[in-house]
Amino acid sequence: MNLEHPIARRQRGRGGVIVVAFLMGILTLAFFRAQVLRSDDWILQSESNRLRPLPVPAPRGTVFDRNGEVLADNVPGYSVVLLPGNPDTVSVTLDRLQPHLHLTPGRLGYLKEQARLYPRRPLTVKVNAEFTEASALEERRTDFPGLYLEMRPRRRYLAGEELAHVLGYLGEITAEELEEEGFEEYEPGLIVGKEGLERQYERELQGGQGSRFVEVDAIGRIVGSFGGPAERIPVPGDELRLNVDLELQKWIHQIFPQGMQGAVVALDVEDGGVLALYSAPTFDPNDFVGGIALDRWNSLRDDPARPLFNRATLGLYPPGSTWKLATAAIALDLGVVEPDEIMPISCTGGMAYGNRIAGCWDRDGHGDVDLLGGIRHSCNVYFYQAGLRIGLERLLEEGTRIGFNQKCGIDLPSESRGNFPDSVSWWERRFGYRATEGEVLNLAIGQGPIDQTPLKMAQFYLAIARDGSAPPPRLRRTEVEPEGGWSLNLSQRALAIMREGLRGVMQPGGTAYGSSLEHWDVMGKTGTVQNPPNPDHAWFAGIVGPHGGDPEVVVVAIVEFGESGSGVAAPLVSKTADFFLRRKHGIPVDSIQTLNEHYAAGRNPLWAAHLRAGSPGVTGGGP
Amino acid sequence: MTRFLRVWAGDPPLVAGVLALSLFGVAMVYSAGVLNDPSPVTQNIWLRQAAWLLISLVAFSLLSQVPVRWIEWAALPAYVMGIILLGATLVVGTGAGTAAGVKSFISIAGFRFQPAEPAKIATILAVARLLSMKKEGPQALRELLPPIGVVGLPLGLVILQPDLGTAMAFVGILFAALYWGGTPIPLLVLLASPGLGLILSFDTGVWSFYMVGLTLSLFFYRYRLYLVESVGVVLANLAAGTIALPLWRSLADYQRNRLLVFLDPSVDPRGAGWHLIQSKVAIGSGGLLGKGFTQGTQKRLDFLPEQHTDFIFSVVGEELGFVGTMLVIGAFSFVLLRIVRLATEASDPFAGLVIFGIFGAWITHIFVNVGMTIGVFPITGIPLPFVSYGGSFLLMSWVALALAVRVTQEE
Repeated sequence: MNLEHPIARRQRGRGGVIVVAFLMGILTLAFFRAQVLRSDDWILQSESNRLRPLPVPAPRGTVFDRNGEVLADNVPGYSVVLLPGNPDTVSVTLDRLQPHLHLTPGRLGYLKEQARLYPRRPLTVKVNAEFTEASALEERRTDFPGLYLEMRPRRRYLAGEELAHVLGYLGEITAEELEEEGFEEYEPGLIVGKEGLERQYERELQGGQGSRFVEVDAIGRIVGSFGGPAERIPVPGDELRLNVDLELQKWIHQIFPQGMQGAVVALDVEDGGVLALYSAPTFDPNDFVGGIALDRWNSLRDDPARPLFNRATLGLYPPGSTWKLATAAIALDLGVVEPDEIMPISCTGGMAYGNRIAGCWDRDGHGDVDLLGGIRHSCNVYFYQAGLRIGLERLLEEGTRIGFNQKCGIDLPSESRGNFPDSVSWWERRFGYRATEGEVLNLAIGQGPIDQTPLKMAQFYLAIARDGSAPPPRLRRTEVEPEGGWSLNLSQRALAIMREGLRGVMQPGGTAYGSSLEHWDVMGKTGTVQNPPNPDHAWFAGIVGPHGGDPEVVVVAIVEFGESGSGVAAPLVSKTADFFLRRKHGIPVDSIQTLNEHYAAGRNPLWAAHLRAGSPGVTGGGP
Repeated sequence: MTRFLRVWAGDPPLVAGVLALSLFGVAMVYSAGVLNDPSPVTQNIWLRQAAWLLISLVAFSLLSQVPVRWIEWAALPAYVMGIILLGATLVVGTGAGTAAGVKSFISIAGFRFQPAEPAKIATILAVARLLSMKKEGPQALRELLPPIGVVGLPLGLVILQPDLGTAMAFVGILFAALYWGGTPIPLLVLLASPGLGLILSFDTGVWSFYMVGLTLSLFFYRYRLYLVESVGVVLANLAAGTIALPLWRSLADYQRNRLLVFLDPSVDPRGAGWHLIQSKVAIGSGGLLGKGFTQGTQKRLDFLPEQHTDFIFSVVGEELGFVGTMLVIGAFSFVLLRIVRLATEASDPFAGLVIFGIFGAWITHIFVNVGMTIGVFPITGIPLPFVSYGGSFLLMSWVALALAVRVTQEE
């Protein structure tokens, strides 16, 4: 048949129609499958294509002192974050960011590693970038795919140096910390407490990180925010209220002997709350916010004075004479010594024990000494005899019960446990010989194998200031007295006599008379610890309260190489207690506080006269 | 009025369909420029597309006044000119846009065009001229050699650029012209068999079965073939199977990846698979009704590559949904069927061949372009007629349309 015959043409035309129908049919089916049947999957993909979740950091909880003063809060800061993306792109972007953010090679390597390990998570490049850095990046943001400048609350310490050891400091969570228990929900890049209360109450202060979605384009640049229902509002961290008194802490920082090292601890007699916890030298935790500069960190770490070291809770010092009260308390508790009993051997500057002479610090001797005199004069001979009556084994037992080889249980992440033998076998374990009964002579006067933290000594004096019981000292303010303390099991009378002995230290003839105060009844105990070849460490433990009333505050101070407990540590304690109590009772604060300061300032301390007469309400009295 | 339309348009429904698609194309090119982060490449190009549409309409009006004899006479010179241009392109050609590595464009005084586009039309005319000289269709394979040669020359030159997409259009033209020229279907199958053998040779087992089947078919079909032709077909298939591997190795990486990701986009999700994945996400997420004109997020956020040219149909799918894609596919089907009708009505063999050649080129463009956006065809750089952005392509498509309606009118 001729090709051009209409029927032939129509036949061929039918072939064309079939081809059109076939091919368009294939396309129709393919589009039907994609757009109608599987549309939901693709919609999901397109959403995840364009939306990226971003963490919204919660502001850390504000920390207040006992009077409601803010100790730590938050101000706006900028964080530089990279959104998840192609690992190669992220790596290149990091390289390009490096000069703008002054990233160290180590930091750069760490970030690349993080990007590799957690490819789906946003990468925090720098926390709390400087404003100038942030604005420089903002101008060039098209150069940095996935770059996101995040407004992130920045921690601010209003009392920096004064409270450094209490509050601690912050830092970016480390890979090791992420593995630790309690950090399961934490993500890399989060800022967490590293030390102090920031660490102790990390979970409460942290709050709940929120999240929101941003719209990104194909190369990961953020093009808009997306306010969808998936948005999660961050939950601010819990507030933290402390027993600490900011003004007191500042005062201590101001009066602590310039350039010296040591610690001051002040406890509230009422509930054992920590009013002040100070360690010198100190540092500024604000330096740590946003990542501490390497040179600053190195200088803090390598400083021989160890400013990062919290001497109040970690420093271990032989307690010396301040420990004699422990000997007294144990002897009274066990009933081996009566409060008004005069020891059979009178002090002649020492006493014979076995074939040696155990000396008293005063070579002239104290004569016949009872408990009152023993404390007041810190007579070694009295405490030797008390110690011998207790016996080594029982002394160790009771000392252990009071917790001289335990932690006090303060709410801080680290605290040293005291050194104190828990039993006679300690010498064998430690030195390989059996302890003789003579060891008790050393321990009774706070020497030998005994080291305590200033905090522990404060807790011990707290028991004497109270009814013999001492709760664990707490920085955080709580409604109920914390559990886990111990008790000396002493009668009111025994306690009163011990306090009277301590009071004598502050009276004319007492070693710390010069540190007595106009408005307050001060009871105290000096301690001077030999520290050859260096100068002695100076201790002072004070119990202070209104005249005729119950003690209200216990203050313990140690000044390393301070040489004299009465000369250096005692005024520190008195001035601390005076400042606190004046404010508490509404008496104007004065920098001329102690008796010696009055003399030096040319003021006539008429009030000192009644110290001589003895305080009202206390019977007994002594020399 | 009706008379004017008939005179001007030749086939008003067909021209109306093409005009509607062209206007729709301008709208989609406009949408392709609406990005969250506007790019100078795509912003306001719809104005240029609109201008080109006006130029195309003028060209259409002029061409539809040209006597058909002129067109017939022009076939050979146009073909020679086209070949010269394609040859020149290989020497002085440049790339453009994302196809910067190939030589497909010629720039003359700041005006840039793809010689392959006019060459396509010239080839259609030339092969139509050749086949229309016979009263009977080719009955033997060797009779196919002259038309194969006529199409094969520009096809080869285009492959050298390399522009596989346009090359495919030439294949479409060849088969359409041969078919309309009366070539029996079995011969066309035999002609296509080495290509099939090439693809199947990737699996030795499948290829062996195929070769046995082919040889058996040749045996049963022997009374229609010379022995030497049968042997030739078998040899060609053997050769295809043999060169498959070296040919595969000779492909550029991106070409190889495009074929691989066609089978499985996830082999290279950030590279060659990216286009396909993002295009499918765009189309699929459009759902039934789409995200709304200009509202496609995949497009706005730059996830879609080449959203104004090769992947403009993905924008259609994302923004107008299944309803939109069906309307566009329906419009294209209408145009194609109308073309088939024109060819059927043409009593002049040359006219019929020209029209069906154009049909072959267009259906290849449409199926390959739309098919690649949804993954039923490997990704090849080939634009969608009347809709994709591109001046010379739009103009040449309208010129082809003018020829189609013109040659029918000369009854």
